[in-house]
Amino acid sequence: MNNLLIWPVILPLIAGLLFILLRNHIRLQRVISVVVLGVVAGISIAIMNQISVNGIQTLQLGGWQAPFGIGLVADMFSMLLVLTTSIIAFCCVIFSFRTIGKERERHYFYSLFLFLITGVNGSFMTGDLFNLYVFFEVLLLASYVLVSLGGTKIQLRETMKYVIINVLSSAFFLVGIAYIYSITGTLNLAHISVRIAEAGQDGFITTIAILFLLVFGIKAGLFLFYWLPGSYSAPPTAVSALFAALLTKVGIYAIIRMYTLVFYHEPQITHLLLGILAALTMILGGIGAVAYSDINKILTYNVIIGAGFILAGIAAFTENGALGSIYYLIHDMIVKALIFLIGGVIVYLTGTTTLKEMSGLIRNHPYLGWMFFIGSLSLIGIPPLSGFIGKVFVTRGTFEAGYYWLGFIGLIASLMILYSVMKIFMNAFWGETVLSEEEEKGTTKGVMVPIALLTALTIALGIGPEIINSYVETAVEGLMNPQIYIDAVFGGNEIP
Amino acid sequence: METLIAIVIGILFSIGTYLILSNQMLRIILGLSLISHGINLMIMVMGGLKTGGPPLLSETFQSFTDAIPQALILTAIVINFAVTAFLLVLSYRTYKKHGTDDMNQLRGHEHE
Repeated sequence: MNNLLIWPVILPLIAGLLFILLRNHIRLQRVISVVVLGVVAGISIAIMNQISVNGIQTLQLGGWQAPFGIGLVADMFSMLLVLTTSIIAFCCVIFSFRTIGKERERHYFYSLFLFLITGVNGSFMTGDLFNLYVFFEVLLLASYVLVSLGGTKIQLRETMKYVIINVLSSAFFLVGIAYIYSITGTLNLAHISVRIAEAGQDGFITTIAILFLLVFGIKAGLFLFYWLPGSYSAPPTAVSALFAALLTKVGIYAIIRMYTLVFYHEPQITHLLLGILAALTMILGGIGAVAYSDINKILTYNVIIGAGFILAGIAAFTENGALGSIYYLIHDMIVKALIFLIGGVIVYLTGTTTLKEMSGLIRNHPYLGWMFFIGSLSLIGIPPLSGFIGKVFVTRGTFEAGYYWLGFIGLIASLMILYSVMKIFMNAFWGETVLSEEEEKGTTKGVMVPIALLTALTIALGIGPEIINSYVETAVEGLMNPQIYIDAVFGGNEIP
Repeated sequence: METLIAIVIGILFSIGTYLILSNQMLRIILGLSLISHGINLMIMVMGGLKTGGPPLLSETFQSFTDAIPQALILTAIVINFAVTAFLLVLSYRTYKKHGTDDMNQLRGHEHE
């Protein structure tokens, strides 16, 4: 029992509710949201240190012991993601001060932003399948409003598609929950894992595993990603950066959790399917990223490639693969937020999303240009930056598992990423300067701080992975040995 | 009883699927609603249907009803209610702004 665990979930929720009362105090809302996200980051570091000393921390809400109550479980994997989430949300909220506009701020932008963080943190920390559904709905409902907030034509149109596809996938999530409940008679993730391990994973349970892959795959942008490019390029930059960094990652987290804790008995069926879908995702995402010449479209297709690459490491189901996946997941969250923010600034400066209409920005904005360069090198996985270590371990994991084709496709996809981001860099930053500083549609004033922060973070993670290495290794140990998670949840009680 | 409900769920799902495949926004929303109702029924059946069993365990009662599926359905209904309300408002705004409720005309264009 550790009461600290409730704070990452409840603190953004309380602040968001408070903002509804403080509707006209925009300045106060800004200060509180920055403070709340900072405090959540601090708390998650504190919990991570407790985990590395005392093992996985749990909180059984209301004192109802597992499996009867609904509990929060903080293992190293989820806390690393909660920490990254807070840092990225911190940067995006600072970015939104200047760019989001008075109208949206007055219409509860910060409330919705923090509700979204509540849902994301809750999904990472919950230990109950149905509770996972509820937190998914919390974050989805906040995201529906954030995409449509502002009510421009393109936003409304894309939100319609986004909501319909997500309502349908949530419906199938409930179908999966109903099946799991009828077979195992429990909803606690650790308890489901114990029951399935006792009874064996037969064909019916494997089918349910594939149903869950479908459900989370839609949310993660895995193979069924056709809704993603439209709806991620419609909202303003601060929101689309947050979505690119967090929302698909929640789906990826859910796949990783289900496939390492519950459905790990038949990897030759389920994990192979995951690998095939990851490979197809990387190929199709790569084709999309290469084909378009619209900056928003290129960046959203890069989100899809990232999702495929992270899951390739889990599909391999070896320790190196999982290690690489976690490193790459953390890296991907940071660097996707970074390039989306810079992409947003480019669009903001030039007033267009078409690459052909922009040129030579580096003369007036050298820092922005070089930070985009660093971000894109990191995205590809060039050694001194954070993408490298994840890529090495994922590739090694896939080779160890004998999935040579998967590792090979991952590397091909890196080349496609290289082509697509260099296309942006060369078109937008190099070439003749067509816009003088007076002609620009916006300024970079006040938006450079979060971008610089994220750039520093990706360099720091690349140069000094030892800082988080012990934490990541603990997380991998937890993922590869479900018994550690189960023991922590039941805490020595008899398992009914 | 379970068989009957299974058939009802099947009918709800098929009507819902049919409605989703049409191109009017309102029909799609109604289709999603019907599918959600089908799923709520499904969760109920998955817990097992019993007559006369109270949702309590005690030494005197021989049979008891599992109360968890009903709690799950209650939560799912509330969430579905909120999402459907949001979806209806959104479709109304989209209709007002675009002047059409035909999803085929809401595909989006290359240049706009």
